Amino acid sequence: MTVLGAGTGGLTWDLGQDVRELLSQHFMVNAFRAGTIVAVLAGAIGWFMVLRRQTFAGHTLAVISFPGAAGAILAGVSASFGYFGAAIAGALVIAAVPRSTSGQARSQESAVIGTVQAFALACGALFVSLYGGFLNSLVGLLFGTFLGISDTQVTTLLVVATAALVVLGAIARPLFFATVDPDVARARGVPVRLVSTVFLVLLGGAAAEVSQVTGALLVFALLVMPAAAAQRLTARPGLGVGLTVVFGIVTVWSGLGMAYFSVYPVGFFVTTVGFAIYVLAWAWALVAARLARRPMLEAAVVR
Amino acid sequence: MTVGRVPTPAAAGVYAGALVPDPDSRPLAVSFDTAAVRLGGRLIWSGVTLGVAPGEFVAVLGPNGVGKSTLVKAALGLVPLSAGTVEVLGRPPGQSGRDIGYLPQRRSFDPGLRVRGVDVVRLGADGDRWGVPVPGLGRIGGTRRRAEERVREVIELVGADAYAQRPIGEVSGGEQQRLLIAQALVRRPRLLVLDEPLDSLDLPNQAAVAALISSICRDQGVTVLLVAHDVNPILPYLDRVVYIARGGAVSGTPDQVITSPTLSSLYGVPVEVLRTSDGRLVVVGQPEAPARHADRHAGSR
Repeated sequence: MTVLGAGTGGLTWDLGQDVRELLSQHFMVNAFRAGTIVAVLAGAIGWFMVLRRQTFAGHTLAVISFPGAAGAILAGVSASFGYFGAAIAGALVIAAVPRSTSGQARSQESAVIGTVQAFALACGALFVSLYGGFLNSLVGLLFGTFLGISDTQVTTLLVVATAALVVLGAIARPLFFATVDPDVARARGVPVRLVSTVFLVLLGGAAAEVSQVTGALLVFALLVMPAAAAQRLTARPGLGVGLTVVFGIVTVWSGLGMAYFSVYPVGFFVTTVGFAIYVLAWAWALVAARLARRPMLEAAVVR
Repeated sequence: MTVGRVPTPAAAGVYAGALVPDPDSRPLAVSFDTAAVRLGGRLIWSGVTLGVAPGEFVAVLGPNGVGKSTLVKAALGLVPLSAGTVEVLGRPPGQSGRDIGYLPQRRSFDPGLRVRGVDVVRLGADGDRWGVPVPGLGRIGGTRRRAEERVREVIELVGADAYAQRPIGEVSGGEQQRLLIAQALVRRPRLLVLDEPLDSLDLPNQAAVAALISSICRDQGVTVLLVAHDVNPILPYLDRVVYIARGGAVSGTPDQVITSPTLSSLYGVPVEVLRTSDGRLVVVGQPEAPARHADRHAGSR
């Protein structure tokens, strides 16, 4: 994964030529397929995660998927099983920790999550060194790789993402209600606890999917950055989810493209693009707020 | 805790201008019969017997921590009774969901919450539905359009047009409270349950929101059950009060219950009820419950 510049035609000034070059490689086509699937799923789930203030849980689930994948490789089974198995098991554990609105219980919850996260990272490091200590696989698991995404892996990503999006669509409104106003939602008969647990499992699935493209440590590039940028720009739920997905796809496509023509990990480029989109959205929101305020100021001056 | 209910029909005429329907002639909106609640092994209250007639504006009053919120939660079926019975709109608690608008006690929304007021109001209409609306499908029967019209209507009713499109975390506490009342009203409930809706509002907003709730009660014919620890802002509008305090609880019209002797015996300390020059009652010297924090904690579990 680190030897990418080699074997390519190199970057030219002709964009069309560069894109043709990119898509002439089967592994790149698979990388774009996987990246797109992951960006759509991460966008939809990430929008709810940011709204629910569960980014720490999302990060932990991704980190937990790392020892899962390393352990699966060590055990000689597909890494996909490890990613999804560990992240979803982690989601169920987090769901079992009682989530309370009181500040003390919340800090207790994050302390538990943080402890588990550190232990998971350590286990992953052990599994990788037991496997043979290849530094490359460690860097790939943590910071992302897009070499060797097989057709089977793309199919797995697609099936899991489709199932997760169908479930998310089914619980979307009660989940939104339970996020904004849990007490009223409960009084209206929304099973708040069940909806929250299902969402955590979906989040585990999304974190495991993103981990396979950006690496376990850089999942926020697709899980948080596009959603945070979209929420800066709009408070409309439908538009917000749509913008998040678009930002995610732009992030993945341009990140993959840049990584192909360089020798550095894909995670860096994907994260950099995501960060740039967030900064731009933040600046845009700031300017828009200024412009919206100006007429009122002028009116005050005139009076 | 014992509860003596002051019989109301005979005294109803005393309360000038108030319409107190005879509780025996129509089914009650809310009725408790020797009810008790136990939370975490602790008895919150017991022997509560009271009835709320349809269309009445009733306040549940008392110092913090005596179980006022628990009373309305028991009516909503969110807290089980340990003894006695409760009926809401002729059904057991928790089975009249669509007919009840509920506003729980809260401080405020997170200032960073990027959700518009209108979206929060709309959740009152369809937030408990599964699935996502398919574009175009709802338009065939006109159901979506009717729902949108209703959302606009209640936002106008509470006077929130000017800020309904802004993120709810950015508007003031009084404006949030109006939007939440709109959310509770969107399904045309027959009973509106409001837990401390005036809490954390400044005085002008307390008066304005109290007047709004009263006009909803009169104009829309909605029964209102409102929890408050300060009676003064709502006193002009009340048909009946339920007073819970250490050592007892009393239900009756304001003129019957809000008197110096009754309140003094409820609280166990001297409380004075004064009449202002424009004829309004003012309660002076109502103490806070000494065990407030411990009680809050037990109640939230």
